[in-house]
Amino acid sequence: MTTLYAVPPVAEADTPRPAPRTPRRIRRFTAEDRFAAIGSFLGSLALVYIGYLHILYFSGVLGFLVCWYVTFMVLYGVVVSVSNPRPIVVERLVTSTLYLASAVVVLALGSTVLYTFAKGWRALVHLNFFTRDMAGVSPTAPLTQGGIFHAIVGTVIEVGIAVAVSVPLGIGTAVYMTEVRGRASKLVRTIVESMTALPEILAGLFVYVVLVIGFGLSKTGLAVSAAMAVTMIPIIARAGEVALRVVPGGLREASSALGATHWKTVSRVVLPSAAAGLVTATILAIARGIGETAIPLICSGASSFTNYDPVNEPMNSLPLMAYTEYSTHEPLAIVRAFGASSVLLTMVLILFVVARLLVRDRGARR
Amino acid sequence: MPQGAGPAGLDAQGICAWFGRTQVLDDVTLSVPPAMVTALIGPSGCGKSTFLRILNRMHESTEGAQMAGEVYLSGEDIYGPGHRLTDVRKQIGMVFQKPNPFPSMSIADNVTAGLGLTNTKVSRSAKVALVEECLTRAGLWSEVKDRLDRPGAALSGGQQQRLCIARSLAVRPKVLLMDEPCSALDPTSTRRIEDTIAELKDEVTIVIVTHNMQQAVRVSQRAAFFLAEPGTPGGIVEQGTTVDLFEHPQDPRTSDYVNGRFG
Amino acid sequence: MTATVDLLPPATPPSEPRQPRRLSSGLQPSDRIFHGGVTSIGMVVLALTGAIGLFLGYQSIPTLHHYGLRFFTQTQWLPQLDKIGIAAVLVGTVEVALVAMVVAFPLALMFALFITDYAPKRMKSWLISTVDLMAAVPSIIYGLWGFFLLQPHAINLARWLSQYFGWFPLFHVDTDPNAAVWQQSRYTSSAFIAGLAVSMMAIPLACAIMRGVFDQAPLGEREAAMALGGTRFGVARTVVLPFAKGGVIGGTMLALGRALGETAAVLIIISPAYAIKPRVLEAGTQTTSALIAGNFGNATKSQLSALLTAGFVLFLITLAVNSVAAVFIRRSRSGTGTEI
Repeated sequence: MTTLYAVPPVAEADTPRPAPRTPRRIRRFTAEDRFAAIGSFLGSLALVYIGYLHILYFSGVLGFLVCWYVTFMVLYGVVVSVSNPRPIVVERLVTSTLYLASAVVVLALGSTVLYTFAKGWRALVHLNFFTRDMAGVSPTAPLTQGGIFHAIVGTVIEVGIAVAVSVPLGIGTAVYMTEVRGRASKLVRTIVESMTALPEILAGLFVYVVLVIGFGLSKTGLAVSAAMAVTMIPIIARAGEVALRVVPGGLREASSALGATHWKTVSRVVLPSAAAGLVTATILAIARGIGETAIPLICSGASSFTNYDPVNEPMNSLPLMAYTEYSTHEPLAIVRAFGASSVLLTMVLILFVVARLLVRDRGARR
Repeated sequence: MPQGAGPAGLDAQGICAWFGRTQVLDDVTLSVPPAMVTALIGPSGCGKSTFLRILNRMHESTEGAQMAGEVYLSGEDIYGPGHRLTDVRKQIGMVFQKPNPFPSMSIADNVTAGLGLTNTKVSRSAKVALVEECLTRAGLWSEVKDRLDRPGAALSGGQQQRLCIARSLAVRPKVLLMDEPCSALDPTSTRRIEDTIAELKDEVTIVIVTHNMQQAVRVSQRAAFFLAEPGTPGGIVEQGTTVDLFEHPQDPRTSDYVNGRFG
Repeated sequence: MTATVDLLPPATPPSEPRQPRRLSSGLQPSDRIFHGGVTSIGMVVLALTGAIGLFLGYQSIPTLHHYGLRFFTQTQWLPQLDKIGIAAVLVGTVEVALVAMVVAFPLALMFALFITDYAPKRMKSWLISTVDLMAAVPSIIYGLWGFFLLQPHAINLARWLSQYFGWFPLFHVDTDPNAAVWQQSRYTSSAFIAGLAVSMMAIPLACAIMRGVFDQAPLGEREAAMALGGTRFGVARTVVLPFAKGGVIGGTMLALGRALGETAAVLIIISPAYAIKPRVLEAGTQTTSALIAGNFGNATKSQLSALLTAGFVLFLITLAVNSVAAVFIRRSRSGTGTEI
């Protein structure tokens, strides 16, 4: 005889239903595990504190941290192995190491960002830092004089021109790589992938050789924009290609089945679908472009005047200014360098946040 | 967790399962006797696989998955605080619907992969013997004995699945869970695996999920019929010996299902 | 009444075997323009790449003509004495890049594994953003950070290394590390410290690619390893890392390519010294990009050609490294899905 389930019939209002079950909390780490971890953490810290500082008289933060890590691993390993088999001990030690490695990376980035703003703060509080340029101001002048206005202007103009050139070329190449079959497009894809890793200094050199030596132009903002475009096009092309590839083939087929030409399919269906991805690609390329230092170093002069004309006079830009101020080795100039870096970093952060919001938007809409 | 060879029984009490906010199983109680094959049958989407994955604590590896209830192996709740996840899975093995041998390893290494994962030390000669024993029990030895060094993925679908069975057997589980192991295979491989299941049941308790009723009749001694009304969590309608369930079902829904009127 | 079924007339066998029909693609004029326009854009980009190599190569001809192979063996850079060569510079470039990769590889690998397999799910997208942000930070900022914040601490580490491992040529520094007042200036501006700053740019690049391939490890294999009783590390060891071999190597090589060409951070940190020496902890080294950037301003025509030759060599090296990296990534199991 089979066993029937006592499945309560539907809608018997007077029969009390059994209380519905709630999910069970499954403890992965027991209290003992937590004690082992915390105890080893503190115990090793104490051991190293005494041993490192008071017995062995070492100095240096890095050494302390290294000793602490080693001691922690040994201590934790011993403690865990008392009541756990070897795979678990290995697992715990590996997990600790991974947490530590990740913390190191995150801390490194965090310290970079915070340090830049902290060192540049003294310059950033002055309004003249943003509204004046360095015309007639010596590097040793106090922070109430001079500013980075010309560098901001330069960066904006140079990046603007570079974007205007590289976006059509980059997206066009991306479209070429995804929509046109053939061996040539495969070759282009390989080349583009190699080009994304071209060192920026070589892009600057190339533009210098061609435009300045070849055509006899002088070092200007236009040259910088051209070199920037050379580095930005492959980035936009590659990331754009990925964005276009992700558009489902079914959409393209549906459009063709309706009788659309290839061009109409691409412009009306594919590009709009991939729009968010293409914009993200552009933003990432811009973030890369505005931070490049080697290109302005080669292709433009570090003028201290504000110059709105990219074709004629040299133009300063934020990374270049940070570098030139730094190389004077004057304390106040170094503060200015950090100030310029902070402004640069803020621009990159804003671009980054915008790109991230776009991605999230696209994810939510799906 | 008592270590010992030989099949053991599983006792699931009041199992509920959620994926996020959605409840997919409600109050499932099932007794799996040792040394026999128990089949979980029912239409697709009623929680059979979810229930199976709760039996070896694989359910919780899914993001947002939760469960309630207890599962007793040899009298101890495997979800209790004293039981290590990895130990539970060593005792209760699983074969999946899609064969998944490790492609970076040879056939022999695939069989012994579980040993390395659980850090069970075995001498080289014992390893060789183990490989032969497990492949034989899985019904694959004669076909691969002279190419044990070949990559594990270079086999046909049916052979890969038998390799996965051998791999699960190498860690000496007490229970083996099989989630529609033949649904991706051709009929010949299916029959081979069904023969293997019949031979294994004296040494390992087997729970098999299948939506092929004839397979359930061929292979199992006990069966449980799962059902989920649309929009409600699934549960067991009826359970008993396979013969009883198929020939004398009490619930009309069971009778409808086993006679092919739906599902 | 029986229904009749209409049958098709029996097919007469054709006199000749059938051939596939030649269909005309019938491209509309707008499509022809579209294809033409887009193809020409692709060709422009292709030409641009070739042009870079060609121009740099062309500008290198005078230098190579003048110095010949001595350009590659000469270590000094003294244009006034007509003694220039990139031997020391190339060695320095490789040293800085290798230090960067020695630091970056394990950190990137561990961080990537952490993100995919160990981090709580809520943190995952934040951690991915951290990596992307790290990649977007301009190199000059890492240079300034390396010089002002990292260097004072790193020289202590350098001194400790030279104190206890100085018998090994790599860690030796030409000064007495045991002196009560040790010479800090012998440890600053070294390839080691520059390498640390460059690693900040290598880490996010390698990590992003590694994370991408780790994510693609097949779930079925992961579950099989879990079901056998594997720990998280066991699953990583058995399934994820073997699967991701190609991506790991490719990602590392891409990061190496980036490290070889890095300019701003290196410029800020090192003090130029032209000598082939394995002593990475010691002050003074030179890399190709720093050489070019540093000597560009006041270079005569012939010096310019020499710098361009150095640039051409760098171009060839990075091109080679990146092509090999792309091959590794393409060939691996994770190849088709990975975006590099």
